[in-house]
Amino acid sequence: MALTGLFLCTFLIGHLLGNLQLFAGGEEGKRAFNEYGYFMSHNIFIKVLSYTTYISILFHAIDGFLLAFQNKKARPVNYAYSKPSANSGLASRSMALLGSIILIFICTHMANFWWKAKYSSTPMPLHRVEVSAPGSEQKQSLYLTTTGSFLPTEGLVIKHGTQIYAPEVNLKVGEGYKDLHSLTVAFFGHDKSEEGFPANEFALLAVVLYSLAMLTLSFHLWHGFSSAFQSLGVRHPKYTPFIQMVGKGFAVLVPLGFASIPIFLYFTR
Amino acid sequence: MASKNININLKIWRQKNANAKGNMETYKLDNVSTDSSFLEMLDQLNEQLINERKEPIAFDHDCREGICGMCSLYINGEAHGPDRAVTTCQLHMRKFKDGETIYVEPWRAKAFPVIKDLVVDRSAFDRIQQAGGFVSVNTSGRTMDANAIPIPKHDADKAFEAAACIGCGACVASCVNASAMLFVSAKVSQLALLPQGKVEARDRVLNMVRTMDEEGFGNCTNTGACAVECPKEISLDNIARMNREFLKAAITSEA
Ligand code: HEM
Ligand code: SF4
Ligand code: FES
Repeated sequence: MALTGLFLCTFLIGHLLGNLQLFAGGEEGKRAFNEYGYFMSHNIFIKVLSYTTYISILFHAIDGFLLAFQNKKARPVNYAYSKPSANSGLASRSMALLGSIILIFICTHMANFWWKAKYSSTPMPLHRVEVSAPGSEQKQSLYLTTTGSFLPTEGLVIKHGTQIYAPEVNLKVGEGYKDLHSLTVAFFGHDKSEEGFPANEFALLAVVLYSLAMLTLSFHLWHGFSSAFQSLGVRHPKYTPFIQMVGKGFAVLVPLGFASIPIFLYFTR
Repeated sequence: MASKNININLKIWRQKNANAKGNMETYKLDNVSTDSSFLEMLDQLNEQLINERKEPIAFDHDCREGICGMCSLYINGEAHGPDRAVTTCQLHMRKFKDGETIYVEPWRAKAFPVIKDLVVDRSAFDRIQQAGGFVSVNTSGRTMDANAIPIPKHDADKAFEAAACIGCGACVASCVNASAMLFVSAKVSQLALLPQGKVEARDRVLNMVRTMDEEGFGNCTNTGACAVECPKEISLDNIARMNREFLKAAITSEA
């Protein structure tokens, strides 16, 4: 429980740092984010890390439910009157409930982003740029390829998600970036369609639910972070106050950082 | 503090025997001295019940000075009542207001089944203790005087603090998970901190934790309720120490 919990905490840091790139707008921001997305899905080290994360979530959740189930059984008859607020924090007593909400969030979150980016039946639009030839008003749409070159969007076909082919000769001429940036902006942006992504009419709802999920995560970490150290036997008069302080800071700042992104996108895009 | 008398209402768990279905009964008790202890108040109520030819309420007690660990009672939603660092026998009625309704319930845990009214069976603690809460001593006739073994003052103090646990079970009663970690960790720590305890250190923690689980106590999630309600102020340091002892033993054990 403690090991998977702490591993997931380090995952949160990495995921947050990646997401914070969404604050950068414009062509530059879009390009940086989509290149980062490509790196995350093509690096063998990241692959190992992501499978470790899936397994950690699974183990953490199963272990958590098992513990909660056993703990329910340990008190078959409840008190007629109990005042737990006199001796313990609400978050510490609600870990299973908070965790379950987080689990539901993780499922919807993966359906909205991970699944769409990876397995959706309609292929993801690729990263495109609009350029106009010097001295001309005529705009042309080009694919950015992973080698840094550009290919016209007209007359070429996309296969296997990101592979760009010349149709007549069936020859691969390049590979594009999935446009994860536009996917995210269209999802959270205020009535904003992006590069082939329709506007999300429930964007406000998505932003509110996302923020509530982060609030839940905050409570989970408020207790969980320092609790994991106690579970591992790491407790010392010199270091424990520090661990507890870092835990509270982590519990506030990390979910706040995550939530700030969709809120920012909603109000600026 | 000037003593005065108060009138109180009580809601008390009544249960004929282990198999009977119990329920909360309401009683009215007048003229309770605020100088009396909670158990003296219950004595007074029982006298009233006996005079009314009713069955008196069964509750556990022995020393009535906070050292034996027999008294229990979940009073107004807290183990040993609203006061801190005291057992129920040391709790005074001055902690309650005139006209107040006081809830009195037995410890609630699967591992502590109710025997009658407010009395629960805490023998699960004895079985945990028997599983490892002991040290081997030399009985060949040349037993070493314990005081002849040098022990750092700091360790001796910590061991003594852990040894203050009276096995009352308030930690289990107040934990949302009905976990016995504070009790077991106090018993493990007391011996783990001393050179005399080193011989059985590994088996002790493994066997005591296994017995704790077998008895049906819940799992610790570090809410910290136990240490707040513990009449002997046993610290969460002990739980961390037991976690360390357990990890060390589990990693190095052969089975
Ligand atoms: C990114 C997501 C998550 C993070 C970073 C996280 C982190 C943590 C940490 C650090 C702990 C403390 C472990 C300990 O005290 O030993 C914990 C406890 C817990 N978690 Fe999570 N968790 C996450 C998701 C979940 C999910 C999806 C569930 C699903 C049910 C869950 C259920 C629990 C439960 C029941 C506990 C209490 C058990 C205990 O305190 O030992 N958590 N979590
Ligand atoms: S640890 Fe405290 S509350 Fe638990 S049994 Fe010992 S004295 Fe009672
Ligand atoms: S009766 Fe002995 S501790 Fe209360």
